[in-house]
Amino acid sequence: MKHAFLGTAIVAAWAMTLGGPALAAPPDAVTMMANTCVGCHGTNGSSTGPATPTIAGMSTDTFIEAMKGYKDGSRPATVMDRIAKGYTDDEVKQMATYFSKLPFVRAQQKTDPALVKAGAALHKDHCEKCHVDNGRKDEDGSNILAGQWLPYLNYAMTDFTKGGREMEKKMKAQVEKVQAKDPKGLEALMHFYASQK
Amino acid sequence: MTMNRRDFIKLGALAPAAAGLAGFPMIGRAAAKRVVVVGGGVGGATAARYLRIFDPSIEVTLIEPNANYFTCFMSNEVLSGDRTLDSLKFGYQGLVKRGVKVVQKSATAIDAAAKKVTVDGGQTFEFDRCIVSPGIELKYDGIKGYSEALANDKIPAAWKAGPQTTLLRKQLESMKDGGKVIIAAPADPFRCPPGPYERASLIAQYLKVKKPKSKILILDAKDKFAKQDLFMAAWKELYGDMIEWVPFSKEGKVAKVDAGSMTVFAGELESAHKGDVINLIPPQSAGKIAQMAGLTDEKGWCPVDLATFESSKQKGIHVVGDACIASPMPKSGYSANSQAKVCAAAVVAALSGGKAAVPAFTNTCYSIVGPNWAISVAGIYKLEGGKLEAVKGSGGLSPANASPEMRKREVMYAHSWFNNITQDIFG
Repeated sequence: MKHAFLGTAIVAAWAMTLGGPALAAPPDAVTMMANTCVGCHGTNGSSTGPATPTIAGMSTDTFIEAMKGYKDGSRPATVMDRIAKGYTDDEVKQMATYFSKLPFVRAQQKTDPALVKAGAALHKDHCEKCHVDNGRKDEDGSNILAGQWLPYLNYAMTDFTKGGREMEKKMKAQVEKVQAKDPKGLEALMHFYASQK
Repeated sequence: MTMNRRDFIKLGALAPAAAGLAGFPMIGRAAAKRVVVVGGGVGGATAARYLRIFDPSIEVTLIEPNANYFTCFMSNEVLSGDRTLDSLKFGYQGLVKRGVKVVQKSATAIDAAAKKVTVDGGQTFEFDRCIVSPGIELKYDGIKGYSEALANDKIPAAWKAGPQTTLLRKQLESMKDGGKVIIAAPADPFRCPPGPYERASLIAQYLKVKKPKSKILILDAKDKFAKQDLFMAAWKELYGDMIEWVPFSKEGKVAKVDAGSMTVFAGELESAHKGDVINLIPPQSAGKIAQMAGLTDEKGWCPVDLATFESSKQKGIHVVGDACIASPMPKSGYSANSQAKVCAAAVVAALSGGKAAVPAFTNTCYSIVGPNWAISVAGIYKLEGGKLEAVKGSGGLSPANASPEMRKREVMYAHSWFNNITQDIFG
């Protein structure tokens, strides 16, 4: 019995060394392209923060829409407008598919418990229809909010409310309701999403 | 007896039934593809890590004399007092976990014909491919009167983060209010083109609060510099006339230093400038091991095939990072990280007999110029007919009219850049 087990282990080690199915093929072109993003967005697209967003797990629609907005200047940016212009639509599509298949890895970050609590209630009343599962799922271009870096969530909301980034009608209506209800409401929502583990 | 791959396959087929258990692993080792990486900085550590990510069957040995690497990027924040030198320190545990063998020795020779690297003490490491990421050598003798000893002791270069960075910070701390800091910037090409100007900015940030009557004089060996307009606009707004820049054409090139009188002499007329703190960034070339291995051209840098980063001078040896000639990519940490991945993929392809994919190259580089104020440059490059070209209409600088909100975000993104890239390099 003992010998048979050892034999199996050796065959496995041998297969790994020699190749066969275990031999890694050289990385393909989309992997090479995606690997140029990760210096800022984190290895495998999950950022270690404090602000650059995680792009792993993002739906292809959200990714493509974002890059389109950066390219045509409709979405406010610091550096991504300059970077997006370096890729063809087809390349963007390939990278979108690549990152959509990677897991969104959530890092620990500091949030304010009182704001998180207030945000949870606001989320239930105003946001959860689209940002399902506490913002974990990216459906219909909602992006993943749960566990995204807090400064980035705040930047995005500032761009929506003050920076000329276009909001969908239903989001705009809910954002206005939240603002009317509580001047710290949007901040609370961001803390709530950032706090998701 | 040496065994080729085919013999090994024949023997391997019999192995589970017949081969002696003790002998077998040795045969396995002999057949594994071996890559030796020389230099554990940004390029070398990235290459070693990504070789193992792309193909875990490759035996990767990293040869690096130091137990830790201190990143040069963000080291100007040590000078402003915003971060500690220790926050720039990275070890090789992450690479060891990935299966990289780390040998803490200096490489003393690389033999392309015999395919082996020799280290201090004479031990040799055979390779199928070698990746050299030697960084830069500071050519102290490019400034008369300057030397490594002087840099360690009194007039730091601080162009590799470490004790000289600490020395420069201490000198700034003990300087009197109203003192003069002199920074000498080298001619192109050199490591981190915007670095001297970020340095001036962050020293000014410190002086403005602690010693507001002080001045910073940049003596430059060239007539223009990276992100120049953005830097100068920020200086004017944040620091008034604290920073003065003297270009090459206005007698800016430092030719000589006299440590005793703390004086530098610049320009053809060798005009004297006395400083209370002097930071001389000397001319540079590829790291010493690249010169010893015959990888450098007459100017001291390493020509390579940009599809694979294989040396144009020595077959089977690749050079990445600051040492290689990859213009128009700047000599930056992000460039080195990007190049190392292209190189690792090419090496994996060469060793497995496969074809390397179309390479992709990016540079992003942030400079922090003050509290809540950073600027950046980005570039996406494609290989066209053996040359790197920036994709038309892409990349470039932060806009001159960026809002304070966007300048502030760039600081946060600069710090995120640091965290993510160091994670991507060292694991």
